[in-house]
Amino acid sequence: MRVGDVTGSDVLVRVEGLHKRFGRLEVLRGVDMALHQGEVVVIFGRSGSGKSTLLRCVNFLEDPTEGTVEVAGYRLGGGHRTRRKREQIRRLRLHVGMVFQQFNLFPQLTALDNVMCGPMCLPGAEDKDVRRRALGLLDRVGLADKADEHPIRLSGGQQQRVAIARALAMQPEVMLFDEPTSALDPELTGEVLAVMKSLATEMHMPMLVVTHEMGFAREVADRMVFFHEGVILEEGPPQQVFGATRHPETRTFLDAVL
Amino acid sequence: MWVGVFVALGLLFFLARFDNAWILDNVGYIAGGLQFTLFIALGGIVLAVLLATLGALARLSANPVAYGVAGFYVSFFRGTPLIVQMFLLYLALPQIRTNLVDRYPGIPAELTDPLLLTATAAGTIALGLNYGAYMTEIFRAGIQSVAAGQGEAADALGMTYLQKMRKVILPQAMRVIIPPTGNEFIAMMKDTALVSFLGVSVFTAEMFRRSQLVGKADFKNLEAYVVVAGLYWALTVVFTFFQARLERRLASGYVRVPTAVGRTRGGAAV
Repeated sequence: MRVGDVTGSDVLVRVEGLHKRFGRLEVLRGVDMALHQGEVVVIFGRSGSGKSTLLRCVNFLEDPTEGTVEVAGYRLGGGHRTRRKREQIRRLRLHVGMVFQQFNLFPQLTALDNVMCGPMCLPGAEDKDVRRRALGLLDRVGLADKADEHPIRLSGGQQQRVAIARALAMQPEVMLFDEPTSALDPELTGEVLAVMKSLATEMHMPMLVVTHEMGFAREVADRMVFFHEGVILEEGPPQQVFGATRHPETRTFLDAVL
Repeated sequence: MWVGVFVALGLLFFLARFDNAWILDNVGYIAGGLQFTLFIALGGIVLAVLLATLGALARLSANPVAYGVAGFYVSFFRGTPLIVQMFLLYLALPQIRTNLVDRYPGIPAELTDPLLLTATAAGTIALGLNYGAYMTEIFRAGIQSVAAGQGEAADALGMTYLQKMRKVILPQAMRVIIPPTGNEFIAMMKDTALVSFLGVSVFTAEMFRRSQLVGKADFKNLEAYVVVAGLYWALTVVFTFFQARLERRLASGYVRVPTAVGRTRGGAAV
């Protein structure tokens, strides 16, 4: 159901009582969190701690087993997908951009067509307008000269920047980044992180970022959330998480990655 | 090697008193059946592709009815001989019509007349149904070969199911689907010869029927069947050439060095 801005608050994403089970494996064991207007939240934790699953539940690439997700005025839970619910999920996704670890660009399309194909699926889309905006976005991520190349001819960092432009083309209210630099060679992570940083600082794009890039977190995050075995163990602003770590698990993890 | 085989065959035909003059007289008539052979094959493959697409999507769908109907379709049309299916459509369907009309005299003719198929139509539809069943499995495998992340990316962009299939999944599946589908089409061009068993009228006879007609009439079976075999062969050679071109074209976006035909904007043509 679309509940609108009931509280008049600036909450863009609200996750309540979220559980996710894959068979007998419980990956999320009760997660509550919110993302506010203009906020950058970095989610970190060990592999298998549930951070990616949380992100994928936010735009219903995974169905929550229990609990609800509220995005852009749509408040939905898991369970059977009726035709009506599938449509609600689709509409919710129109407000959420997602960037994947493996880029997932469409290999049969050029960079420009990748960026255009989302908006062109919207009713009433005009090729001319969409093309102009898509070229603008490619320019924004520094790839205007690669518009006519197919993804295979681009480096990993370039592919991921096209993927960011593709997500932005939908004019989302929130961006989700699922380990956007984990599949990249180390020398290519910088260009992707720079684009993400400019989104945060120049466009004030609200973002949920799952990443191990602690430098990025320290510099860009408003808040950091530490996942451990399917629950949020610790959260706070970077200075606090790095400087005054509360939980020994967090400390152990930070010592391992820093 | 091939040259040697041809020389040996030529010698054999010469010794068997191969009648070249008769061939020159009749090759035009036999080849005149090419248009019907091609018409049947093209109609059959279009129908088969349509059915295979629907069948594969149904086999992959969560809808139990669609899944069940598609399963029945594939099982029946793979499980019975093509020639039997042709006779079912050509000779069995009209009987259903007769019995229906007997029983319900008021039934409008527009509803029942479609059950009366010409031999060519029955053959084409039977080919489409039969090959569609085999190709359902090809299409299903092709769709499943597309990485899961591609569908997720389309979902995340808020595409509808149809948009996702049309713009993202099927164009990529085509790369996997086209080569075996080309083989099916080649097989189908040859199976059009089966339509001759339905007793097609002389005016719309495809190549094999024509070769039978003139071969039997003049006792020139050797020449007639050698000619028609050569025509089928030439047809498949030509088609194989175009298939190879199409495959190269579909490879655009998968090779780092663009080929001459591979540089088309938008990649796959569906």
